[in-house]
Amino acid sequence: MNRLVLPLVIPLLTAIILLFAPRKALWQRWISFAGSIGLLAAAIALFLRIERDGIAVLQAGGWRAPFGITLVADLLAAMLVVAAGIVAVAVTATSFAGVDPKREASGYHPLLHVLFMGVCGAFLTGDLFNLYVWFEVMLVASFVLMALHRTRGQLEAAFKYVTLNLIASSVFLTALGLLYGGTGTLNLADLSTVFRGREMGAFELVLAMLFFSAFGIKAALFPLFFWLPASYHTPPAAVGAVFAGLLTKVGIYSLIRIFTLLFRDAPPGVYTLLLGQALCTMIVGLVGALAQRDFRRVLSFNLIGHLGYTSVGLALVTPAAMAGSILYILHHILVITNLYLVSGIFLRLRRTTQLAELGSMYRERPLAAALALIPVFSLAGVPPLSGFVGKVALLRATLEASAYWTSAAILVVGVLTLLSMGRLWEASFWKPAPNPEKAPLNRVILLPIAGLSAATLAITFAAEPLFTLALRAGEQLLRPEAYIEAVLYGGARR
Amino acid sequence: MELILAIAAGALYGTGFYMMLRRRLGQLIVGLGLLSNGTNLLIFTAGGLTRARAPIIAGDAQELARPYADPVPQALVLTAIVIGFGVLAFSLVLAHRVHIATGADDIEEIESGQ
Amino acid sequence: MTSLILRTGARVLMPLLLLFGVFLLLRGHNEPGGGFVGGLVVAAAYALHSFAFGVAAARRALLVSPRRLTASGLLLALGSGLLGPAGGKEFLASLWPAPEMGIGTPLLFDLGVFLVVIGVVLTMTFTLFEEL
Repeated sequence: MNRLVLPLVIPLLTAIILLFAPRKALWQRWISFAGSIGLLAAAIALFLRIERDGIAVLQAGGWRAPFGITLVADLLAAMLVVAAGIVAVAVTATSFAGVDPKREASGYHPLLHVLFMGVCGAFLTGDLFNLYVWFEVMLVASFVLMALHRTRGQLEAAFKYVTLNLIASSVFLTALGLLYGGTGTLNLADLSTVFRGREMGAFELVLAMLFFSAFGIKAALFPLFFWLPASYHTPPAAVGAVFAGLLTKVGIYSLIRIFTLLFRDAPPGVYTLLLGQALCTMIVGLVGALAQRDFRRVLSFNLIGHLGYTSVGLALVTPAAMAGSILYILHHILVITNLYLVSGIFLRLRRTTQLAELGSMYRERPLAAALALIPVFSLAGVPPLSGFVGKVALLRATLEASAYWTSAAILVVGVLTLLSMGRLWEASFWKPAPNPEKAPLNRVILLPIAGLSAATLAITFAAEPLFTLALRAGEQLLRPEAYIEAVLYGGARR
Repeated sequence: MELILAIAAGALYGTGFYMMLRRRLGQLIVGLGLLSNGTNLLIFTAGGLTRARAPIIAGDAQELARPYADPVPQALVLTAIVIGFGVLAFSLVLAHRVHIATGADDIEEIESGQ
Repeated sequence: MTSLILRTGARVLMPLLLLFGVFLLLRGHNEPGGGFVGGLVVAAAYALHSFAFGVAAARRALLVSPRRLTASGLLLALGSGLLGPAGGKEFLASLWPAPEMGIGTPLLFDLGVFLVVIGVVLTMTFTLFEEL
């Protein structure tokens, strides 16, 4: 069977088995964990295959593109699916340290796997309407995961999240309707040939802006990010970790696809806009982070700021910048997921993530502190950790592209991140805590954190091969002929 | 006909956003519903209006008899309706819970009560 | 909420709605209908039942929990997709063992949709009713 479909089939099958299985916590956790391992294995197999043989294509139902729905995996998609697999394993492993029983009984595990399926589907699809469907799969699962809890703050946050995302979906759908009316196709590769060399008129510009707003809301880019800090700090740490690690990246990924395939010949004004938006996202996010007094809210704003980094490649359209962005996305998925899991330690120990209430970790729990040190300083971009690698790649690309303002912004925001993370470290690990810990810590929770920290270190040590890989992925994106060829003429089987 | 439907879609968008800006839970949800229906109407209209048959090849024919309606926008609208239905039903449940938890309907009250 | 008229009406309408739901499911191959609307009609029948006789009675009348229904539906739909590769074709490709009767993997898929819709809609309806 075609390996492309496995990252979609495995989470769905896991969710089905979880629904049939006894609702006992231990059963659910083990099945869920096994499913994630399966997903990661399938993702790695897919990645190895693509790294060797080039772009893989699956025409669902045997209907040839552009008539049927096509699944495509190029290097970028495959790398992101692997990252999603790693996040899935880490997050399902945290549930061994205990999940709120009420939550677990009302479908927490199956929903997580539906969410993973949605994320992988969005990465692998080659059809815009199918992308919409995967977005909705993802969103419905995330809505329910967010609303499983019923405290006032959580419900309020869930409602904001739902409303804003529904508006984004409507905008996306509007763009799809207009696009189909104007071109008669929704297959990305086919659309790319339609738009090739075409003058960007009013129609194309409106479309580009509609897609930009729709995905910009999902990716929490300036000025459309307000829903994120209003909602991401309320769900339990494991759910927040998946949301922060994967959901926003799907938005960025979709932007990259749209702008490299459809609007390749956009006028310079569009790229100026994209660049301006990336810079504003970076600066506003980090300035916001400095003003926060809650561990998870600091993370939320840092998340926004660094999403700005990931969209720099989109605006500069050079392979090096694209590679820098890709590297940064991969690093960021691992690190931000890890940091949200770290916030879970505080939630367990002290029932809060207010910075004023935290502290003493370094003295009382040196192991946890040492493990958390890696993602904190990796996000801050301290050499030689993975954040530094991504930042250097981006910085070099901006210098090569003579985008000196962007280089300056990257440096300034790097300093701001260092400041923000330093404060975070001081407040939550270093300073003495005002109150004693409220609950014991289940050591199991440290395992996924250790695993993700190891993956971060792996990026550091494998920086050179990974950068080459990211460069290849970037070149694939900026010269989409191979992609188009594979989808439209690659035949039904591969 | 296109013009009428385009105006209708525009009106649905307009009323939808207006209702959302009213800052009350119930009206917000009505607004979301109007917005998604406006989008559906827009896809349907943008896909081209034809008075034609369904694109199904008759049992004894070899190819599709012209004129036929483009099935893709209809499939898109159908999918969008299904998804919109599910999401709207979910937001109703959510709004109901918010109302129970806060006892308020006005979004400002819900926020300030925290 | 449980007036005599509603209860009698529900008792009469229930079998009709269920039949109509299945009819829509089977009709959906070439004509308007299909798993989604069929499932909605069946779900509406049970919603009506829960209006008239209460959620507990509706749950009993459903025999299977909505959760199981959803899971079985998903399994059927996924299985119909996987039959394609098992028969040497692409994922989700249609296989027609008895085309003249309209029996093939698309029907299986539609049956899956039918069950998922019933399961999901009833999960939401029952939850709402139980909270009211």
